[in-house]
Amino acid sequence: MRIGVVTFPGSLDDRDAARAVRIAGGEAVALWHADADLHGVDAVVLPGGFSYGDYLRCGAIARFAPVMGELVKAAQGGLPVLGICNGFQILCESHLLPGALVRNDSLHFVCRDQRLRIESTSTAWTSSYEAGQEIVVPLKNGEGGYVADEATLDRLEGEGRVVARYLELNPNGSRRDIAGIANERGNVVGLMPHPEHAVEPLTGPTTDGLGFFTSILKGLVEA
Amino acid sequence: MTRHPDTVADAIAHPEREQPYAELGLKANEYDRIKEILGRRPTSGELAMYSVMWSEHCSYKSSKVHLRQFGDKKPETDKLLVGIGENAGVVDIGQGWAVTFKVESHNHPSYVEPYQGAATGIGGIVRDIISMGARPVAVMDPLRFGAADHPDTRRVLPGVVAGIGGYGNCLGLPNIGGEVVFDPCYQGNPLVNALCLGTLRHEDIHLASAKGVGNLVVLYGAKTGGDGIGGASILASETFEDGGPAKRPAVQVGDPFMEKLLIECTLEVLHAGLVEGIQDLGAAGISCATSELASNGDGGMHVVLDKVPLRDHTLTPEEILMSESQERMAAVVTPANIDAFLDVCRKWDVDAAIIGEVTDTGRLVIEWQGEVIVDVPPRTVAHDGPVYERPIARPDWQDALIADAPSSLTRPASAEEVRATVLQLVGSPNLASKTWVTSQYDRYVLGNTVLAQPEDAGVIRVDEESGLGVAISTDCNGRFAKLDPYNGAKLALAEAYRNVAATGAEPLAVTNCLNFGSPEDPAVMWQFSEAVRGLADGCLELGTPVTGGNVSFYNQTGDVAIHPTPVVGVLGVIDDVEQRTAMAFGSEGDVVLVLGETRDELAGSEWAHVVHGHLGGVPPQVDLEAERRLAQVLVAGSRRGLLSAAHDVSDAGIVQTLVEMSVRGGSGAVVVVPADVDPFVLLLSESTARAVVTVTESDVDALESLAAEHGVPVSRLGVVGAAGSDLVVEGVYGGTASWSLDELRATADATLPALFG
Repeated sequence: MRIGVVTFPGSLDDRDAARAVRIAGGEAVALWHADADLHGVDAVVLPGGFSYGDYLRCGAIARFAPVMGELVKAAQGGLPVLGICNGFQILCESHLLPGALVRNDSLHFVCRDQRLRIESTSTAWTSSYEAGQEIVVPLKNGEGGYVADEATLDRLEGEGRVVARYLELNPNGSRRDIAGIANERGNVVGLMPHPEHAVEPLTGPTTDGLGFFTSILKGLVEA
Repeated sequence: MTRHPDTVADAIAHPEREQPYAELGLKANEYDRIKEILGRRPTSGELAMYSVMWSEHCSYKSSKVHLRQFGDKKPETDKLLVGIGENAGVVDIGQGWAVTFKVESHNHPSYVEPYQGAATGIGGIVRDIISMGARPVAVMDPLRFGAADHPDTRRVLPGVVAGIGGYGNCLGLPNIGGEVVFDPCYQGNPLVNALCLGTLRHEDIHLASAKGVGNLVVLYGAKTGGDGIGGASILASETFEDGGPAKRPAVQVGDPFMEKLLIECTLEVLHAGLVEGIQDLGAAGISCATSELASNGDGGMHVVLDKVPLRDHTLTPEEILMSESQERMAAVVTPANIDAFLDVCRKWDVDAAIIGEVTDTGRLVIEWQGEVIVDVPPRTVAHDGPVYERPIARPDWQDALIADAPSSLTRPASAEEVRATVLQLVGSPNLASKTWVTSQYDRYVLGNTVLAQPEDAGVIRVDEESGLGVAISTDCNGRFAKLDPYNGAKLALAEAYRNVAATGAEPLAVTNCLNFGSPEDPAVMWQFSEAVRGLADGCLELGTPVTGGNVSFYNQTGDVAIHPTPVVGVLGVIDDVEQRTAMAFGSEGDVVLVLGETRDELAGSEWAHVVHGHLGGVPPQVDLEAERRLAQVLVAGSRRGLLSAAHDVSDAGIVQTLVEMSVRGGSGAVVVVPADVDPFVLLLSESTARAVVTVTESDVDALESLAAEHGVPVSRLGVVGAAGSDLVVEGVYGGTASWSLDELRATADATLPALFG
């Protein structure tokens, strides 16, 4: 199974996403922002970082990268896409996911081991988890507060598209403690915390993040 | 601008022109020396170059004669692939891997503009590391501020922390350690030091030299603007006097996104073999890069300054030469490789311009609008700056300071008093949790962080296949250095060395950042010379060579200098990071042991500082042989899998070590003070060469024989408790002192947020 990882100028956690794919048993394929070609991958990860320095607005410039035109079309056609942190911001800017991510309510960048509850296991990226399962993965962001209008939030809740929620402490002021959401079809998921940094006992707080990557590989095998 | 530049022809034709050398920081004798070198007065462009390159910051003119000791007393080692003098030293860590690491100061800019000062400090040290051909893999920041509750600290600290985070996080470099220290002596002179660690294969080492006549000099990265002009000579070389003229030109402004592109672009051109020589642009900008590249290479260079891409077209040629705009690099490239080089720059959206070429004339010639404005022997700019043997005098107050021993200070005399004292210390700003600071730094990015603060040292995995890794720690206790600069420097070395060993890594090499007051004050110069001598002697004794470093003088306001603060960074190697030892207490029932000997040593201690506001006496005895033996036990214990935890004993003694191990692991311990030992001394003395370890009951014998083998005393302190249990110390003046973990955690966690929001 070939999982593409896109590198934009300023992407930082691209190597980490590729490592997580490999540890989960997949083949990581490097995709370049300027190359309008997905090279036939089976799924794509938009990694964390500061694409284009977060200038203008997080993710606002990256959405115009040549690779994104292809990606938006493919995602609308059902290609599984996981946006982590900056990747989540890019997915919102691209309108593949509703809402937006704004500056943390603390006004500080925050890096911490974050407890989450997996709220939906019916997405392409969370099928390996148990419904309601609690996990701990690193969170690190400066602009991670998820916001959307009340109607959108109600719809996300009603349609079971809230993928993960913050527990114990809301680290960034996200509405309704939302840490991640999915599109209607469940193939596109945006997540503010970093599961790719919780895949090895040596370097992560847990290995709880691996489930996102095993979910997609299992799903692709079964498909 | 139509202003006619001051050309070499003008300098010859108009020798009488008055020049503002003093305003540029040059002394009359230095100006005369420039005229002697050139056989004429310098042009204004030449004056700009000499003034920045001969500043204290760039030329080390006051420190050079002392720093030679690091070379003269260098221990025998085959681990040093590149020594002092290059952008950063390179150390062999085995398996074909090498690492390069260096620490630098950005003290003065960070006081003026905390966010940008600290941010560009990270940027500068990272460029030093990439110029060696290494990939930066981690940063750490030793920080020192004035009193925690002083209003100006509330201005400086949040800005510094946000700047380090804002820049470092955006570069994608994990921040794995450092220090946060408060002391009124740093009021008005905060110390913002930045360390960067890089990794490379042996064959990828690159040096700064311009070789090959006809090769092209390429300037790439950010465009040149008006920021930081004269910063090197003026900001770093003058103290902030109240009421004096404002010599505060714009502090440089950082663009971490450009730096990230510069890292990727630079590593790609280096690995593709497209570069003959490379140099970052930091202090003194183009002046420094061109003169150093030329001086280290074939000796000549011809530069056309009009080719430099500008952000501000009104800049004069002198300003272009002095500008310290960030995120710029210079490379020497053969004509055959130039197209490939420029292609890589285009791929990363990095501007590049060919600004000149290498010659064999022995002269650095710079043209502007078709006229020669600089024509100098480059070595005289880059390397042959003035060297001073500054007057040295042991301060007249030193004896009184040493005589003021802490023996008369009231010590706690009951279990309840010990309990209260410990809580007071745990919540004091220097010992309190630094999470408020470190949670603003990304410690996870790159996925190789094995240990990060508050562990004893940061540990980074270098090779994902073999598990080869490195550990790094920086330390300094300025109070000890004030009491005795010679031994204070050795104590800083000893602590960093011990911290590295506590993780199971074998200490290998040293870097330093020597922060002092004005070198024009003989008392400061005495502190400096003693500290350098101490560090050089200590490194020789421990067999850990100094690979490079940085000196920051003029950290003083009026006549009052900071405590001498020789920050020492020690790098160690660990063959398999899986074997590293962490600080959290092991499992319930594990035995708590202390390695090393405790004496009654409380001069300069955290206790004397926090409880009594006292500084005086003779600091703890230095015993580097004991440190070496302790390190051997910690490293061997880790390799044999004997240790379930290890944590160094330093500030506030064994009790603080126990508190940190308890809080980190979430379980307390029951410790018993032996009947023949003074509880206060055992718990709070700061004797060196000690560590607390935990082992399973069945491994106690093995650890004891390992320690005996190395001549390290071991004593049993107690037993690790269940998860959530209290930390209990029995045998305290006939009673028991105990603390719940919640109480310890709440006390340690509350302090910084209460101060900084």
